[in-house]
Order: sequence, then structure tokens, then C-alpha cells
Amino acid sequence: MRQIYMDHSATTPVDPEVFNAMIPYYNDRFGNASSVHALGRQARQAVDQARSQVGELLGASGREIIFTSGGTEANNQAIISYLDNNPDKGKHLITSAIEHHAVLDTCLHLAKRGYELTVLPVTPDGLVEPDILREAMKPATALVSIMHANNEVGTIQPIKELAAIAHAGRAIFHTDAVQTVGKLPVDVKEMNVDMLSASSHKLHGPKGVGCLYVSQGIRVGNFLHGGGQERGLRSGTENVPGIVGFGKACQLAQINMPERQARLSEMGQRLQEGILSTIPHTRLTGHPVNRLPGSVSVCFEFVEGESILLMLDSYGIMASSGSACTSGSLDPSHVLLALGLPHEIAHGSLRLTLGKDNTEEDVDMVLEVLPGIIQNLRNMSPLYN
Amino acid sequence: MYSDKVMDHFMNPRNVGRIDLPSGSGEVGNVVCGDIMHIDIKVVDNIIADVKFRTFGCAAAIATSSMVTQMVKGKSLQEAEQITNRAVAQALDGLPPVKMHCSNLAADALHAAIEDYMRSKHD
Repeated sequence: MRQIYMDHSATTPVDPEVFNAMIPYYNDRFGNASSVHALGRQARQAVDQARSQVGELLGASGREIIFTSGGTEANNQAIISYLDNNPDKGKHLITSAIEHHAVLDTCLHLAKRGYELTVLPVTPDGLVEPDILREAMKPATALVSIMHANNEVGTIQPIKELAAIAHAGRAIFHTDAVQTVGKLPVDVKEMNVDMLSASSHKLHGPKGVGCLYVSQGIRVGNFLHGGGQERGLRSGTENVPGIVGFGKACQLAQINMPERQARLSEMGQRLQEGILSTIPHTRLTGHPVNRLPGSVSVCFEFVEGESILLMLDSYGIMASSGSACTSGSLDPSHVLLALGLPHEIAHGSLRLTLGKDNTEEDVDMVLEVLPGIIQNLRNMSPLYN
Repeated sequence: MYSDKVMDHFMNPRNVGRIDLPSGSGEVGNVVCGDIMHIDIKVVDNIIADVKFRTFGCAAAIATSSMVTQMVKGKSLQEAEQITNRAVAQALDGLPPVKMHCSNLAADALHAAIEDYMRSKHD
């Protein structure tokens, strides 16, 4: 059976070009980038090159990039280490209700340790309204962290405007851009963000590597203690093959972005319209226009998400859901609830996220089988008449 | 994650639907937690002659509903009353631990249907 992978917001396959770039750094060029000898210098050079590649994609200088183990670590460092290292800036922080847990739980952790936390609500489309942020700002606000695009519903936030509000209140602005780096143009200077988190495996790079962009002049401080790598900001021997892969993935993303963005956007639009027009009692979740290209998220009334996923899986179609059964708790995803969706609707969520290797035939296949799957489950449901 | 039996009962559920003029009906669960199971029974001479279910929920909820209908069809009411949620899960070669609590209510729905029948008989 042909596999149709439509879960690219979860992770992406490593691009063969990326993989090939990484291989030598596992064997022939295995050196520790801190070593003085030839192999060490070779590794150092590779890390530096990757740093420039990542910086170039983000519109940053290499000096502003700290390699981390991924998006989660970058988010933790941005929030915890910044506040730790800047006690004079105030003890209030602001985030939104639809952040990834790597941000939300980090903020909640600090709230338990004496920081004051404001969690901003979002509109039913998943937008953080600038006025709501403006009202939440206080003299003691040190940091505002709002994600660039949401991983579940795809809504893209007006980051530039939100960052300007934070700056007007003398707070710094961090954005979790894990879902957008490599998919949309992300320019840290244009967006005017002070810190930004990115993850390699979302853009056809390897897992286990990511970065935190920290604007020059911001003292973020280290999160891990040890050998002082990454100019003292991220201790631990560099994951050289991973970093090389991340760099290559950024380079490829930059080259391919215009073409991919247009194609994913068009395919996603067709998939979304096809679903909404053929399956009644279905609603789009997230913003109708300002959303990640190729990200389709919907809720089907009267049915439950895990059942949809397993039925799709039996056709080789791989997707995800924010239903309770897939969130590992008794509640549906906090994002869907924050949009104001009632529990029973949120339970019927489905997210299909397209990637560069998806084809029009993949979209046709989903549009062919999905209506039958939903009807079949509805025929089984006591909520459906 | 799920046993082959769970997947079989989920993909090919037995006894889906409703019974016209059922002898009894039972429903358990709620939409907030994401599982609702509805069971209709037809009782003839103290025997469950027919049983149908409709379930809103995950694969475990659907599979346990299907399994319980298969287990009780043709059984006496007394035998049916002895069936527990645990026995249904066992008949499916087990459920993931997280599903034992929330999605394993099919026997409760059956018992509710039997109670409904007993009540209407006494009225």
C-alpha cells in the first residue's frame, strides 16, 4: 500500500541532500569541534558554515545563533534563562493560550516560582489581538512570548505588530517559530523579534537539533552548565552531524521556499475546500486566510478524532488530531478549547499537514476516502441522526 | 498500541445500529470526555435475542461496544449481568492502560439497557 504522509507539522523526512551532507561527520570527520587538531578544526569549520546557513535563512548574523537540541530547549532557554539573567527587568511575563507546551509549561513553571504570568486569550480564529496584548502590558513585564504560527490550527500571528507593543512597554519579544522557519519567509529584523526558536526536523533536517536566535545586545544567559560551547551559551559537545544537517536544510529551504510555499498553499486550499464541500457538519479550525501553507485543520461533528486517524491509517494516510484520545489526557487539546470550541466538537478534530513530497494524487486519495470514513463513523454514532 | 482483536472489532464492528421498539436501552459516558455508548436490546423469553450498539468515541470505545454485543447475543439476562468491563477488555486481548478507564464502559451500557428493560417490565 502506498503511504501518504500528511503529518508534516509533527515531523518531516530528512532530505537526501541533507542526509548526504551529514554522513561524513559521523565517520571520516568525527572530530570534536573544540579540539585543536585537524579533525577538530574540520568540525569547527562545519559548525561555523551551518551557523551562517541558519543565520542567512533567518536574516540574522551567525553570532546571533545558538545551536540547541531542538525547539523545546530553545524555548526553555529563551524564557527561563532570559528572566534568570535579567532580574532587573521585572517579574511579569506574557504568553498566549495556544502556545506549544514547550512555551506554555515553561511559563507555568516560572509562575510557580514567583513570576507573574498572563496568558492571553485568542479569537475564535486563533489570533492574539494586539489590543489584548497592549492591555496586558505592565511596567514589570520583562518578556512576551507568542508563537509565529500555531502547530495545530495553523494560524499565523501578527508578530511584527505584537513585538512592537512589547517593545513599547520595554519588554523583549520571543517567538516560537518552529512551524514557520523553512516554510514561510522569516526575517528576524523585519519581524523585530529579540529571540526566536527553530527546529531542524520540521524543515527536512534531522531530529535533535534546533537553534535559538538571540538578537545582539540581549543577554539571554546559558541554560545548560558545562564546557562553555556556543560562546558559553549552550554547553555540551556540539552535535556536529545534526548541526551540519540543520544548516543544509536551511540552505535548501531558502532556495526552494517560493516554489514550495505556492505549491503547498494551493494543494492545501484544494484539500480544505474539497473536505468542507463534500462533508457536511464540518468546520475549519484556525484562521481562514492567515494560516500555514498546506495546513488543513477541521472538526467533524458527531465523531471522534482517534477513530478517524486509525481509519485513515488503514488506507495508508497518516494525519493527526487534537482529540483527547490522541492528546494522552481526558481533555481535547488546549488549543482547540482556547478557540472556544466545545469539547464534543474538539474531539472530532483532524489535522492534515502537507509537505514537499505530497502530490495532487495524495490529495485526490484523501478526498476520495475521507467522506466515506466520516459517514461510516457517523452511522455508528449515537449523536448523529 | 491496540491488539489485533481490538482493531478487528473497530474496523469491522458487529451489531451496529438500533433496534426498533427495543425491550430496553442504555447509554453511558458523556460528550465532554469523548465517549458515549448506546445499547439497545431485544429480550425474548429472558434471552437477549438481539442487541445493537451506537458509539461515539475512540477505537477502544467502538471495539468494546462491538465485543460486548457479540458476547451477550443469545445469552440469558442473568448471564449478561455477570459480564464486566474487565471481561470485555480481556476478550479483546486487553486495552492500553490509558483506555481502561475512559473507553471501557460497554458492559455498563449493557447493564443500563437490562435495567431499563427490568424497569419497564415492572411498570
